[in-house]
Amino acid sequence: MTHRWSLGLDIGASATKAVLLDGDVVRARSLRKSGADFAAAAKACLEEIISATGLKATEIERVVATGYGRRSVDFATTTVTEITCHARGCYASYPHAMTIVDIGGQDNKVIVVEDSGDRRSFKMNRKCAAGTGAFLEEIANSLDTPVSAFNDLAGQATSDLELGSFCTVFAKTELLKLIADGTPLPDIVKAAFRSVVKRILEMDPLTGNVVMTGGVVAHNPIIVDLVSNALGRKVLVPDHPQYTGALGAALIAGEV
Amino acid sequence: MAEAKKVEIKKIVAAKTMRKLMADHFYELDQAAKEGHPKVAWCTSVGPAELLRAMGFLVYFPENHGAMLGATRMAAETIPSANAIGYSPEICSYLTSDIGAFLQGRTPLSDAYEGINTIPEPDVLVYNTNQCREVQDWLAWYGRHWSKPVIGIECYRGVGEVTDVHVAGIAGQIKALIRPLEEICGQRFDIDRLREAVRLSRQCSDLWKEVLETATAKPSPLTFFDSTIHMAPAVVMRGTQTAIDYYQELLPELKARVSDGVAAVEGERLRLYWEGMPIWGRLRDLATLFLELRTCMVASTYANSWIFTALEPDDPIRSMARAYTELFIVRSDPYKEKYLEEMINTFGVDGIVFHDSKTCPHNTNSRYGMPQRLQERLGIPSITIAGDLNDLRCYSDEQAKTQIEAFAEQLAGRVGVSS
Repeated sequence: MTHRWSLGLDIGASATKAVLLDGDVVRARSLRKSGADFAAAAKACLEEIISATGLKATEIERVVATGYGRRSVDFATTTVTEITCHARGCYASYPHAMTIVDIGGQDNKVIVVEDSGDRRSFKMNRKCAAGTGAFLEEIANSLDTPVSAFNDLAGQATSDLELGSFCTVFAKTELLKLIADGTPLPDIVKAAFRSVVKRILEMDPLTGNVVMTGGVVAHNPIIVDLVSNALGRKVLVPDHPQYTGALGAALIAGEV
Repeated sequence: MAEAKKVEIKKIVAAKTMRKLMADHFYELDQAAKEGHPKVAWCTSVGPAELLRAMGFLVYFPENHGAMLGATRMAAETIPSANAIGYSPEICSYLTSDIGAFLQGRTPLSDAYEGINTIPEPDVLVYNTNQCREVQDWLAWYGRHWSKPVIGIECYRGVGEVTDVHVAGIAGQIKALIRPLEEICGQRFDIDRLREAVRLSRQCSDLWKEVLETATAKPSPLTFFDSTIHMAPAVVMRGTQTAIDYYQELLPELKARVSDGVAAVEGERLRLYWEGMPIWGRLRDLATLFLELRTCMVASTYANSWIFTALEPDDPIRSMARAYTELFIVRSDPYKEKYLEEMINTFGVDGIVFHDSKTCPHNTNSRYGMPQRLQERLGIPSITIAGDLNDLRCYSDEQAKTQIEAFAEQLAGRVGVSS
C-alpha cells in the first residue's frame, strides 16, 4: 500500500495544532502557542512533525490549514474553515448525528451534524469573549492564579456560586465582590467555569448527542461535567479534543 | 498555499450616469439651501416625498447621508461626538454618525463634491416612523438646532393584512401635513401635482422592481452589493423624471447581461439572500469575498424596500398611505416569513444571510426565532452575522468571514456543487 501522508493544521487564536495522517491513521501531533506570528507557529509544528517521523516535507502530499490563521500558511494546499474541520474531525470519532460544542481561545461554536455527516447548521458566539478561553485567562489574571491550575481548583469548590454578567469586564467586577467577601478561591474559579457553561447553553438547545471539543475542554474536563449535569445526560469527548480541528483538516486533506 | 484567484467586481456602465445624477442632486440642494429657494424639506426614507415634491420642495434624505457616512467609514470618527452629548452607542448609528458629523463640521459630501461644505439646511423636517422611532429623534435634534418645524406620520407596526383602517389612519395624517407645508412653502396644495408625483414615483418603483428581478436569471446579472449602489436614484429622486430616466438606462444593460449570459459573479455556484441592513463600511470587502466564493447575493429585503406597487395616481393620498404601510419593516412576522418564502422561490435562493445589526433592531429579523422557523418549515439554511450598518465597532471582520466561508462550504456540500 502506498502511504498517503496528509497534514492538518489548525492555527487557532491561542494555539496552533497539527495532525499528520498516514492514510487515516494518526502518526504524529504537534502543538505550539500561536503567538504573534501564525506562519512561524505553523512552520514550527511542521518541523516538529518532520523531526518526529523522519519524513521529508515534500512527502507530505496534502496540507489543509484551518483556524483564524489559516491564510497565513504558505505551504498549505488549501484552506477550510474550522467549522467544517471540527465537524469532520468529530464525525471520524462519532459517525452519527450530533451537536458539537467547540470552546476555543477566542470563540465558541455550536455545529449541528446530520447522520450522513452533512452539516445542518452552525452558530458562533457573538462578538464577545464571554464564555471563551479568553474569558478564563482574564479571570486567571485577576486572581493572579495560572489558568492551568483552574481545573483542579474548581474540583475543590464547596459551593455553586453564580456570575450573572454577560460581559467579561462586568464579570470581573463581580469577582472583586466575591474576593472582598472572602470567598474561597476554588469557589470563585468554579463560578467562572459555570459562567462559561451558561454562555454555551444560551447559544443552542444542544439536542441529541452532544460532543465537546477544543483546548478549553481538553485542559478543563470540569466543563464537560458541568454541561453533562446541566443537560442531564453524558456528553461525549473525542480523544485529544484540542486536536479535533486539525484532525478534521488532515482528513479533508486526504480526501481532496 | 493555493493562489486565491484574483477577482474583480464587474462594473455596471450606467454607474457613470448615476454619479452625475447624484452630483446634480446634491449641488441643487446646496444651492437651494444657500439661496433660500426653492424650499428644502428633509424627509425620512419612506416619508411622504411625493407630497413634498408636489408642493415644490427639494427633498433631502438624511438616511442617504447616513449611508454615505458608513460607506466612507467616516462614521467611525463621528459617532463618538454624538455619544458624548447623550446619544447612546446603542441607538441608530445613522443618527449618531450623522449628528456627530454635523457637530464636527464634517460631511462626506465635501470630499465628493467640491464647493459643498455642509448638509443643506432645511425649511422643514418631515418624518415617517415606519423606519423606526429614531428617525423622529434624529430630525428633532436638527429641528431644535435650526428652530425649524418637525412634522410627520406615526405609523402602524406589526401589521398583518393592510386594512382600510390602516390606510385611513395614515391618509388622515398625510392630509394633516398639507396645511403646515402650505404655510412653509407659500404655495397652495394642488392635487394634480401630487397625482403627477405619485405617477412618477410609481413608474420609478416599477422600473426598480424590474431591475431587481433581472437577478432571477441564472447566473444573475447583478448582486445585492450592486443594488445598494444603484438604488440611490430610487431613494433620493423618487417622484422625479430623472430617476425614471436612470432606470431606463440601467435596465437594458442588465437585460443584455442576461441575454448574453454575463454573470455578476463569475462561475456562480450558490445564490443567497441578504436580510437586514447593509454593512456600509464593508460593502466592497463582502462583495469581493462572495465573488471569491463564487456565491451571488441575488436579492435582499433592503433593496426591495423601495418597491411601492400600491401607488396609484388616481387615488394619490390613500395609495401613498397604503404603500407606506405595506412596507416590509412594519409588517408582522408571519407576513415577513411568507414574503421571504416568496423571495426564496422567486430568486432560487440556497440560503439566507441575516444581518443582526446592533443599532438597528427594526431592520433586524433574526432576534425572534425567524431563521429557525424558516429552516424548520422550509429547510432553508441561514447564518446570522453580528454587525452594524455604520458602527464597525460592532463588527468582527474575521468572525464574519469565517462564518460566510463556512456557510458556503456547508451549502456547497448540501446542494452538490463543486467547490
